[in-house]
Amino acid sequence: MKRPPVLPALVVAGFVLLALGAELVTPADPYEQSLRARFTPPAWEAGGTRAHPLGTDRLGRDLLARIIFGARVSLAAGVLAVLLAGLVGAAVGLVAGYHRGRLGALLMRVTDATLSFPIILLALVLAVTVGPSFGNVVLAIAVVLWARYARVIHGEVVALMERDFIAQARVTGCSPWRIILVHLFPNTLNTLLVLLSLQIGYVIIVEASLSFLGAGIPPPTPAWGSMVAEGREFVTSAWWVSFFPGLAILLVVLAFNLLGDWLRDTLDPKLRHL
Amino acid sequence: MARFLLARLVQSLVTLLFLSVVIFALARATGDPLTLVLPMVATEEDFANARRELGLDRPLPVQYAKFVGRLLVGDFGTSIRSRRPVNELLAERLPPSLALAGFSMVVSLALAVPLGVLAAARKGTAVDSAAKVVAALGQSLPTFWVGIVLIEVVAGRLQWLPAGGDGTLAHYVLPGFTLGWFVIAGLMRLLRSSMLESLGAEYVTTARAKGATEAAVVWRHALRNALIPVVTFAGVYLAILVTAAIVVETVFAWPGMGRLAYEAITGRDFPVIQAVVLVTAMLVVVVNLAVDLACAWIDPRIRLHGRP
Repeated sequence: MKRPPVLPALVVAGFVLLALGAELVTPADPYEQSLRARFTPPAWEAGGTRAHPLGTDRLGRDLLARIIFGARVSLAAGVLAVLLAGLVGAAVGLVAGYHRGRLGALLMRVTDATLSFPIILLALVLAVTVGPSFGNVVLAIAVVLWARYARVIHGEVVALMERDFIAQARVTGCSPWRIILVHLFPNTLNTLLVLLSLQIGYVIIVEASLSFLGAGIPPPTPAWGSMVAEGREFVTSAWWVSFFPGLAILLVVLAFNLLGDWLRDTLDPKLRHL
Repeated sequence: MARFLLARLVQSLVTLLFLSVVIFALARATGDPLTLVLPMVATEEDFANARRELGLDRPLPVQYAKFVGRLLVGDFGTSIRSRRPVNELLAERLPPSLALAGFSMVVSLALAVPLGVLAAARKGTAVDSAAKVVAALGQSLPTFWVGIVLIEVVAGRLQWLPAGGDGTLAHYVLPGFTLGWFVIAGLMRLLRSSMLESLGAEYVTTARAKGATEAAVVWRHALRNALIPVVTFAGVYLAILVTAAIVVETVFAWPGMGRLAYEAITGRDFPVIQAVVLVTAMLVVVVNLAVDLACAWIDPRIRLHGRP
């Protein structure tokens, strides 16, 4: 077995703690503006102060505080969207795998149609359609993402259906729902867990991309993607405004991906193509 | 084979039809586009006139039927914002996007294939570790941030390459690399694992037993079979490229479909949104169809049973 990824686990745990206890650890109010402190550089650069360790943005808001509060938005969006998509996808995959007839075929056609769709394009259309807000962004991502879970779980269920214990469950008179929930679902949990962990990082990037494009979490709520976008115009004179939120995305996504890779190798090595 | 082909063709058409309904419904739900187009002082009468002129006063099913009818003859309507035919906009924006995506794909393949093969052939060495770092970073770097950092450092501070606009080959390097980054990582990872699999296969042992050189074993015998899953994923990578293009083209001010999509969505330009999304989806569906046929041609198990 591979060595457990201690460092990525610590990074994820660190960000989760920051997100949960943002009020306790923040060095400043993430919404407080100060025109005199606009574009203060990070503490170690000339002109930086200890009061703003990573500097301030265009409105003089403390960057570190905004990144800490932004962790809350990014992690919550990632976890919620992945859970929602996983729930819907697993349900579709289980039902389509059990009922291989017309219903199953129809469900899988819809799944394939969703899969052949560029995810950000549809999420962007949805986010703009229903209006940008936290809930809508999560919903928009989940609406596109569920199909991946449905595909993989469906494949798994189709293979499980050939196994003897399913035939035995049928013979003993289990209802379809009982077979799906008690006999099939627990056997797909490993796969589902691996998929969930591998997708969190991706979803955080999608949410950040949507926020970057102005279709995500609306300002002034600190979201990493929109913070990068806000700093984009000033990147030559104030590089830190865009740089640090992006770095936070990179760190947290990298940590989640490494954790997911390890989980996959440990629980379900046959999923390595995911 | 004919049966398989027909089934896949029908399936692709159903997918496109389903998407056209979704897109139509979504575009109509984005709110009244006229509030963005007409001046603030426009009267009720101006609104009614504009609505009639653009056909927005008709019942939704009628609008949809007209929409599909026009699509079938290749007419995407008129852009609400620019008042220009959508076809013209597409003709203008599609070539730069395809050029960028093509450049990106070539660069990705040129980097990913050797790296993936070497990582598998020399498992556990420095090449393999380097490949792992590339793979991990490729899936964790936010595209828009990479673009901004590259523009600032390579184009701004170092002044090595131009940052935006298209023209010479040099203009392609930064956006092309930003766009391809994710694909490089994904392709390489995929190739590495399928190479490891084929290097352990019996025909590789046979080739070695015949006395083939190590290079021939790796690059001829193993690579050929390892490429099949890569071909299978071509459609997925195309969808990823198209998606990333929206962000990359916006960051690099690239005059392509991605930026057109972004402009159309933020400007609630129905006809353009529909056209861009459908053209993109069509591209993805056609490539997926081609990929399936290629796989069926390579692997008889697929055309006989529908799955490998």
